Amino acid sequence: MTKPSKKQEGDPNTTGHVWDGIEEFDNPMPRWWLYTLYACIIWAVLYSIAYPAWPMVNKATAGVLGWSTRADVANEIAAAEEANAAINTELETVELASIAGNPELNGYATSAGSAVFKTWCAQCHGSGAAGFKGYPNLLDDNWLWGGDIEAIHTTITHGIRNEDSDDARYSEMPAFGRDELLEDEEIDQVVNYVMSLSGEPMDASKVAAGTEVFADNCASCHAEDGTGDREQGAPNLTDAIWLYGGDHETLTETVYNARYGVMPAWNTRLTEAQIRAVSIYVHQLGGGE
Amino acid sequence: MSNYIKLIVLGLVAIFGMIAANYARDVAYMVHAMIVTAVSVGLFLWTLRHTDEPEIGKLDLAGEYMDGVIRYGVIATAFWGVVGFLVGTFIAFQLAFPSLNFEFLHGYGNFGRLRPLHTSAVIFAFGGNALIATSFYVVQRTSAARLWGGNLAWFVFWGYQLFIVLAATGYLLGSTQSKEYAEPEWHVDLWLTIVWVAYLAVFMGTLIKRKEPHIYVANWFFLAFIVTVAMLHLVNNMTIPVSIWGSKSVIVWAGVQDAMIQWWYGHNAVGFFLTAGFLGMMYYFIPKQAERPVFSYKLSIIHFWALIFLYIWAGPHHLHYTALPDWASTLGMVFSIVLWMPSWGGMINGLMTLSGAWDKLRTDPVIRMMVISVGFYGMSTFEGPMMSIRAVNSLSHYTDWTIGHVHSGALGWNGMITFGALYYLVPVLWKRERLYSLSLVSWHFWLATIGIVLYAASMWVTGIMEGLMWREVDANGFLVNSFADTVAAKFPMYVVRGLGGVMFLSGALIMCYNLWMTVRKAPAKEASLTVAVPAE
Repeated sequence: MTKPSKKQEGDPNTTGHVWDGIEEFDNPMPRWWLYTLYACIIWAVLYSIAYPAWPMVNKATAGVLGWSTRADVANEIAAAEEANAAINTELETVELASIAGNPELNGYATSAGSAVFKTWCAQCHGSGAAGFKGYPNLLDDNWLWGGDIEAIHTTITHGIRNEDSDDARYSEMPAFGRDELLEDEEIDQVVNYVMSLSGEPMDASKVAAGTEVFADNCASCHAEDGTGDREQGAPNLTDAIWLYGGDHETLTETVYNARYGVMPAWNTRLTEAQIRAVSIYVHQLGGGE
Repeated sequence: MSNYIKLIVLGLVAIFGMIAANYARDVAYMVHAMIVTAVSVGLFLWTLRHTDEPEIGKLDLAGEYMDGVIRYGVIATAFWGVVGFLVGTFIAFQLAFPSLNFEFLHGYGNFGRLRPLHTSAVIFAFGGNALIATSFYVVQRTSAARLWGGNLAWFVFWGYQLFIVLAATGYLLGSTQSKEYAEPEWHVDLWLTIVWVAYLAVFMGTLIKRKEPHIYVANWFFLAFIVTVAMLHLVNNMTIPVSIWGSKSVIVWAGVQDAMIQWWYGHNAVGFFLTAGFLGMMYYFIPKQAERPVFSYKLSIIHFWALIFLYIWAGPHHLHYTALPDWASTLGMVFSIVLWMPSWGGMINGLMTLSGAWDKLRTDPVIRMMVISVGFYGMSTFEGPMMSIRAVNSLSHYTDWTIGHVHSGALGWNGMITFGALYYLVPVLWKRERLYSLSLVSWHFWLATIGIVLYAASMWVTGIMEGLMWREVDANGFLVNSFADTVAAKFPMYVVRGLGGVMFLSGALIMCYNLWMTVRKAPAKEASLTVAVPAE
C-alpha cells in the first residue's frame, strides 16, 4: 500500500519524511491562524488580569475589575428590591382586606408570596402546599386557626406554640394517657366515639361510653358536637380530615400523648411585605375565607 | 508451559467468579460475576484443548502486518455503532413520547437506564473500537512494523469487548457511579485499567520497534489519547468499594472537588478520546484517501502541542455559576478560548490537504464524508469555546443546546470520520478491489448529513428557547414559566430530533450492508502487499 502521493505542478517542497506513502508539505502555518492564536492568548492574559483568575498561596487574584459572582447576585437582588420598593411599601400600608380588590397589587402579592412560600414554607407544607402528616394541607377549606386573610396573616406573623413570639398562637391538649387522666379503657371508648363522628368504621358497642368520656374531657375545646374551636386551634373532628391520621392506632396515640405542632414566628425573619404576600398566596390557594 | 500458567489463572478466576456470584450483594455484581465465570470457563476449555498440541504449520509472521485483530475491530465498530445509534434514537422518542417508557421496562429500560447505555455505546463501544482498530492499523503501516506483543493485541480487543458488556449490563441493572461518561463501577474500572495498560504496551512497543526514522503525526495523537485517558480514568475513579462482593463504591473526592475532577475527566474524555484520538485517524485516512501530502508539517507540530497543553485546563467551563470558585471558572473559560485555534489547526490541515484534489469531492463520496466530518469538527470546536464564555453559558447551560453541540461533534466529526475510515479499511483488510457500491456510500452520506442537520438545528432551537423561557421574568422580577411549560414547548423539536436520529441510523445500516457486500461480492484484489516494508 505504499502508493506515493500524487504531486502536482507548483506544489511546495515536502519535509522529506514518508510514511506508508504519506508525505508532508513544508508549508508555513497560515498567517491568519497564527495571528488569531496570538490574539486569543493576548486576550486571555488581559481577561485573567481583569477577572479573578490566578490561584496564589492563600487565595486567588481578585481581578482589577473587582467582579465576582457573589457580588453579581447581590447587585441583582438589590436592583430587584429597589425596583419593587414602591409596590412593597404599598403592600405593607394598605388595609389587608382591600388587597384582593386591587388587581395589580393582588397579582404582585400572589407572585411574591409564591416565591416566599417555595423558599420558607415548602419544607413543611410541601411545594404544592398539600402538607404532610402533622403539617396542615393549605389547599382545602379546613382551617385550624381560621381561614380569612386576617387570621392567616396572624398565624404566619406570630407562628404557633413557639418561643419566638409572645403573640404566638397557643393551646395545649392534655396528654390523657401519659398523664393518667384517663384509663386505657376510656381512651379506647372515646377513640371509637370520635371515629363514629366522621363515619370511620369502629366498634359501635363502645360509642355510648365514649360519648360520656368525650363530654367530660374533650367537649370544652372540641365543642359538644365535636366541630372544634378555632380560637384554640382545636380541630374539627367530624369532617374526616386528619392532621395525624384517623385510624384507631393513630387516634389512640393522639389522645394518649397529645400533639404539639409548632410553627415559627415569621416576623423575625421576613419583612411585613413578604408576610402579607405569602398570606395572600396561601389565601388564594383554594380554601381562603 | 505458558498454557499451564494460563490454565491455572483462568481456573482461579472461574472459581473466584463462582464464589463472587454466590456472595453477591446486588444483581449487577452477580450477573457480572456469572459473565466473568462463563468467559473464563470457556477460555479454560479452549486452552485445555490446545495444550500440548504439536507445533506444526506455525509460520513466522514477524514480517507481516497483524490485520486479523483489525478486521475484528472493524466489525465490532460497525456493530456497536448500530447498537448505540439505535438506543439513541429510541431514547430520543422516549423524550418526545414519554409513554415509550413502557411499564414492563421500568427499572431496566426507562430513559434513565438507557441514556448512559446510549452514551457509552457510542463513545466507548463505537468510538473506542474505532480508535483501537485504526490505531493498530495506522501504527503498523506508518512504523512499518508488526504489532508488538504477539497475542496481546487480541487480549486488548476481547478484553475491551468484555468491558463493554460489563458496563452495558451494569447500567441496565442499576450499577452506576453517577459520574457522566464514567458510570461503570469499581470492578469494571479495574478491568478496563488492565486492558488499557495492555493497549498502551502494544502501541508503545510497536512504535519502539518501528523501522521508520520518525514517528508520524497520527501516532502522536493516538499516543496522547492513550496516555491521557489512562490518567483521567485512574484519577476520576478513585473509589473505595463498600464490599468486595458488591458493585457499590464511594469516591474519595468530596464536594466541589469531586465535581471539578469529574469535569476535568469529562471534558478531557471529549478532548483526548473524541478529539485527539480521532485526529490521529484523520491524519492518516485523509491523506491516504486524497492521495496528497499533508498540508503543513509545522502546523501539525504547533497545533498538536498547543492542543495537548491547553485541553487539560478547560474542564471548569462545565461548572460555571456553581460552587466552583470564580477564579477556576475564569481559567477554564480562558483556556477554552485559547484552545479554539489549536483545535482548528487540525481542521486546516485536514481541509488543505485536499487542495489540489478538490475534484475528488465530486467523484469520491468517501472523501466527501471525511471532508464534512472535518467541517463538523471545525464547527463544534468553534461552538465549544463560544459556549464556555460565562455570559453565553448562563443561557446555554443545562439546555438542549449542549446536547446539540455534543451531537454535532459526535455524529458529525467522530461518526463521519469513522465511517470514512471504515470505507477505506474494509477493501484493504479483506483484499478487495473496491467497495461494493459507491452510490450506497452517497446515500449514507446524505442521510447522515441531513440527519445531523435536523438534530443540531432542532436542539439549537429548543436549547435557546428553553434557556430564554427559564430566565423570563415579569415586570416585578418573578419567573413567568414553569419547568413543565418549557417541556411542553419543546415537543415538536423533540420529534424533529428523533427523525434526525432515524436518518442517521438508516445511513449506518446502509453502510453495514455495503461493507458486508464488499466482503462477500466485490472482486478480490490480487497480490496486495501486507508485508512490513519501510516506505523509503
